[in-house]
Amino acid sequence: MVNEGPYTHQASDSAYLFAKATLEKGHQIHRVFFYHDGVNNATRLTEPPQDDRNVVTRWSKLAEDHGVDLVVCVAAAMRRGIRDENLAPGFRISGLGQLVESGIQADRLVVFGD
Amino acid sequence: MNETTGGIEDGDGSGIVKKFMFVNRKAPYGTIYALEGLEVVLISAAFDQDVSMVFLDDGVYQLAKGQHTKAIDVKNFSPTYRALEGYDIEKLYVERESLEIRGLNAGDLLVPVEVLSSAAMGDLMKTQDVVIGF
Repeated sequence: MVNEGPYTHQASDSAYLFAKATLEKGHQIHRVFFYHDGVNNATRLTEPPQDDRNVVTRWSKLAEDHGVDLVVCVAAAMRRGIRDENLAPGFRISGLGQLVESGIQADRLVVFGD
Repeated sequence: MNETTGGIEDGDGSGIVKKFMFVNRKAPYGTIYALEGLEVVLISAAFDQDVSMVFLDDGVYQLAKGQHTKAIDVKNFSPTYRALEGYDIEKLYVERESLEIRGLNAGDLLVPVEVLSSAAMGDLMKTQDVVIGF
């Protein structure tokens, strides 16, 4: 679960690095759920300076390479102007039930944020 | 598809019941964490899980009586806490130290709660399957 937006806060970086390390160790990731300002990790309109990491495309690549399900909360997304039209590849918009379902299905649910 | 629950209407069909604890640590206004956190708690009620809520640090203010938000043009969502019982969410725990340091006691709160010491709260957290903090 990623609860903070990109760049302002380290949560998304930490979550990404944790997810990558987890996959490298052979674990499975059931889902990454983006909530609160975390939904801002999903906009394809993000354009950081060229000498900086691109937090959004990094998530997209993780989804492409490993089939990780990247889910953005619909209510939180609508509040913040994140819609299907500006969604980066690999992300999808769905409901909070997806978060609770992950909590039920996965061995561990890890929260990144304040 | 039901947009609220993401297409999952009543539980996930697995029959698994886990202990979900939602830990509220922030003041009700000033940031959106408390409001959006409460939305997760309400959705979780549809999944027939063992749900509890914890209030500590400034999170205890979420349950304070007499919230008036008109002047800051933000919705007063505190009546929702009184509706939790209707969702079968009845395990509400408040940390004693957080109340005391803020000059509050259980009588200042909107709903009946169980007041626990910090140590007892820690023990309770250890027994949970899923802990989500807001």
